[in-house]
Amino acid sequence: MTEKKKLKVATTSLAGCFGCHMSFLDIDERLFTLLEHIEFDRSPLTDIKHCSPDCDIGIIEGGLCNAENVHVLREFRKNCKILIAMGACAINGGLPAQRNHLPLTTILEEVYHTSPGLANGMIPNDPELPLPLNQVHPIHEVVKIDYFIPGCPPSGDAIWKVLTDLLAGKEPELGHGLMHYD
Amino acid sequence: MSHTFTLDGKVIPFTEGQTIIQAASAAGVFIPHLCYHPEFKAHGSCKLCTVKVNGRHTASCTMRAAPGMVVESETEEINAERRALTQMLFVEGNHFCPSCEKSGNCQLQATAYHLGMMSPHYDHFFPNRAVDASHPEVLLDFNRCILCSLCVRASRDVDGKNVFGLSGRGIKTHLIVNAKSGQLADTDFSLADKAAQVCPVGVILKKRRGFAVPIGERKYDQAPISQTADTTEGR
Amino acid sequence: MGCSREVIVGFNEMHAEAVAGVVDRVVNRYRRDPTCMLQILREVQEACDWIPPEAIDHLQATLGVPRTKIEGVAGFYSFIYTEPRGKYRVLFSDNITDRMQGNRALMERLCNSLWVERGKVSEDGLVSVGKTACTGLCDQGPGMLVNNYAIAGLSEQRIDEIAELIRNKVPMAEWPPAFFKIQDNIRRADILLNADFKPGEALLAARARAPSDGLNASNMRSWREGLPSGIGGPAATLDEIKRAGLRGRGGAGFTTGLKWEACRNAQLKPGHQRIVVCNADEGEPGTFKDRVLLSRCPDLVFEGMTVAAYAVGATRGFVYLRGEYRYLLDHLNAVLANRRRENLLGKDICGLPGADFDIEIHVGAGAYVCGEESALIESLEGKRGTPRNRPPFPVTNGYLDQPTIVNNVETFAAAALIALNGGEWYAAIGTKHSAGTKILSVSGDCERPGIYEYPFGVSIRQVLEDCGATDTQAVQVSGPSGICVAEDEFDRIIGFEDIPTAGAFTVFNKTRDMFEVARNYVHFFQHESCGFCTPCRVGTSLLKNLMDKLHYGSGSPYDFAEIEKLNNLLQSMSHCGLGHTACNPVLDTIAKFRPAYDKRMMQQDFTPAFNLDRALSAARQMTGRDDAAAHLENEHGGQS
Repeated sequence: MTEKKKLKVATTSLAGCFGCHMSFLDIDERLFTLLEHIEFDRSPLTDIKHCSPDCDIGIIEGGLCNAENVHVLREFRKNCKILIAMGACAINGGLPAQRNHLPLTTILEEVYHTSPGLANGMIPNDPELPLPLNQVHPIHEVVKIDYFIPGCPPSGDAIWKVLTDLLAGKEPELGHGLMHYD
Repeated sequence: MSHTFTLDGKVIPFTEGQTIIQAASAAGVFIPHLCYHPEFKAHGSCKLCTVKVNGRHTASCTMRAAPGMVVESETEEINAERRALTQMLFVEGNHFCPSCEKSGNCQLQATAYHLGMMSPHYDHFFPNRAVDASHPEVLLDFNRCILCSLCVRASRDVDGKNVFGLSGRGIKTHLIVNAKSGQLADTDFSLADKAAQVCPVGVILKKRRGFAVPIGERKYDQAPISQTADTTEGR
Repeated sequence: MGCSREVIVGFNEMHAEAVAGVVDRVVNRYRRDPTCMLQILREVQEACDWIPPEAIDHLQATLGVPRTKIEGVAGFYSFIYTEPRGKYRVLFSDNITDRMQGNRALMERLCNSLWVERGKVSEDGLVSVGKTACTGLCDQGPGMLVNNYAIAGLSEQRIDEIAELIRNKVPMAEWPPAFFKIQDNIRRADILLNADFKPGEALLAARARAPSDGLNASNMRSWREGLPSGIGGPAATLDEIKRAGLRGRGGAGFTTGLKWEACRNAQLKPGHQRIVVCNADEGEPGTFKDRVLLSRCPDLVFEGMTVAAYAVGATRGFVYLRGEYRYLLDHLNAVLANRRRENLLGKDICGLPGADFDIEIHVGAGAYVCGEESALIESLEGKRGTPRNRPPFPVTNGYLDQPTIVNNVETFAAAALIALNGGEWYAAIGTKHSAGTKILSVSGDCERPGIYEYPFGVSIRQVLEDCGATDTQAVQVSGPSGICVAEDEFDRIIGFEDIPTAGAFTVFNKTRDMFEVARNYVHFFQHESCGFCTPCRVGTSLLKNLMDKLHYGSGSPYDFAEIEKLNNLLQSMSHCGLGHTACNPVLDTIAKFRPAYDKRMMQQDFTPAFNLDRALSAARQMTGRDDAAAHLENEHGGQS
């Protein structure tokens, strides 16, 4: 009897708070069932640093607020057959995007130069630090996204529903109670 | 004498002068809508209530029912179109549900749930819109305005005040208030106004009442919008 | 800042009392009638250069309308300013033909010469330079408006002269009159433009057609409603219009006789009257035939309106003249005054007891959507020009809820001739399904742009030959909301049975990029969407963004599919014709000029609409970094 090949799943958090990942863990003991079908590739759960080239599913939490986010997202898109946006920030920019009506220059100015209590403030310019983008973008504005799990965070049940629908080869659907934008 | 038409195959009775959405609603059939409110003259702008009448698209809030009409509403095609309209409304404004006090009681959100909107699909406009906290009792957050004009109609037609109006054109259309300063505090607006009750989204909010109802117990947590009576809309 | 502010005060701000004085004068002239709001705002602006807040204060007090209403109306129209826009407000016409004639370079030249940034007001508050939709000067472009007065045939030299006049603050009244000379450019005239017409003769002919006793059944209604029995002609006139097979010339082609009859038969509520409206809001890019009709034969148009009033029993008439044709207003008012003197307007017209009718002219203020008849009526009522929900239709519930007919300028001109010469005469001209003639506004790549009047049935090829077009790639017939005709269709004909048109005929030779033509039109629709309904308000912006994305080289097949989906949505869900047709230019050009799009579809995979590297520009500037990690390569091009 040949065992069915497990699907490789990679996950990451970009401009997010890891809340969606915490919610992912809320699927609790169903994680064991899930692990019968999948194995984790690059993910905070495994600490693998880069995606294998043959990932089946990539799950992205968070939007794009800086250059590094873009690099990571592109790596995921390149290496994952299916890409899922998980949570409000990935889907519409979420909380970080609420800076979007302010010019970035004003923000940096205020944070590093003019806030009270800053002595000799300077804007960090270490090449190790990723530069922030002018605006925060939802990830579907930069790469093609195949599926979305809304919520802030989506409940463990919602994440479970989408993943099990996908594993069953169905179009994911969230009915009343599971579908939430908050 | 009563007449009937069919809506998705179901026979719907109507009385002379009733619009399709009125007759459907009286018969307990839900048609998605945002700018329509049973207590006000139909506006016909959001287009969410569009149905097909004898094969032609038309807004069901402005179209009078006629005997023998064949109306389609809950079809995959029409719901896909409605979903696209909802997505347009989401990207046009700044709708961050997690930080909105109206979340869970918001008609836009509940309608999007009803239509299975998993993402906003389009690129966001991220417009720069103001918040008006000048009024002692009410906050205006224009980021969430969908230009349904319910507050305009309520203030003009019920309160007799004209506190709200629309200005600008096209994508620059926006809600204004009746004061030289542009501030709600400088109008005769009051919390008792009808206009304070009708906003389907989170623009007109009573201060110091935010998040009063816990998640799970809010209006649309309890039942989807398709099962919620029209008369409590916007409350 | 303080300094420039003072200068702005100098140029644009009048004392509150002076503003109040202006408002009083204008408001009184309009009988303190809030339905004249747009006219009042327009005239206040002509005196004050903009609508200062003090003017709104005073309007609120004198008209007794809420501020929201005044600001709502002012904010709707492109030519009404609630922010100072300078003593000289220059708007370059930005139709595709203006672009082909080099308007962009001329605009840059003027901006540089006056030290003003495009779209902004100069630091000294003297002048602003911007762009506007087609000004109807395509046959003599590039065109511009200065304080809403049209100037055609711009050249580098003319631009330099204008810059000099503005710099020297020369009042517009002292500018050389030659600047404001607008040519008629009539290249082919037929029954309308050749009409040797004497004011009044159509009315007399209509009256002469009356059954002798005037009490025949078909006229009973007029009689019952108080019109004297002496007017026997209305029903007979209506019959002639029907016999002529006249259809509306504004593009939609509704049968004129039916419209008039419906209005005539509409129940009149107490205190109401019937209304005749002439739609001279000729906003469709590429159309300028109404401008010529109004400047060349206004009497024919006014007489047509009077004939209509006679036929439907109307007592009040309006001409809704587009703001771009403001320069025609004084002349048209003079013609109206003359007609009143000649008893062709006013009371007991032509000596017919009870035949009362007069015409007033309302001027628009830069809103294409007001060409839609119900939006036009809203605008006439002094409101935002938002198309109404229909039914009810204007013929029963139009201007101030009264039975109203709205017809195009050319329709009225034709009606006058039909009243004069009879329906059969008219029906014999043109084709079986399209009676009469059609005036085409020909512009673009041809030797002889201008006005061509043909009997219906003329082929595209014939028109191209007559106007001296060679090497033609395409013709946009009836403007952006019409149809783009490619070379293999040039034998198609102008007529309701084949290609209906409101008159625009824009020629593109083979050097033109049809994608850019479509993109220009999409920008037009986006700018002109009234914003009332969701699909058009947001959809036209999304469509514009997609076309820009293709323009900047970030387009992929994904975006093509998106355009297709948007088109379906706009067609099925939009409130009015603007939304329904907004995708036409794109669909037509995709279908007929696919290579122009393929050239732009640079990407195979989805590509962002914005330039990622540019999205780091502010951070680079603030940190002073320029190392490799401070950049993002755009995997597939892209532009912000």
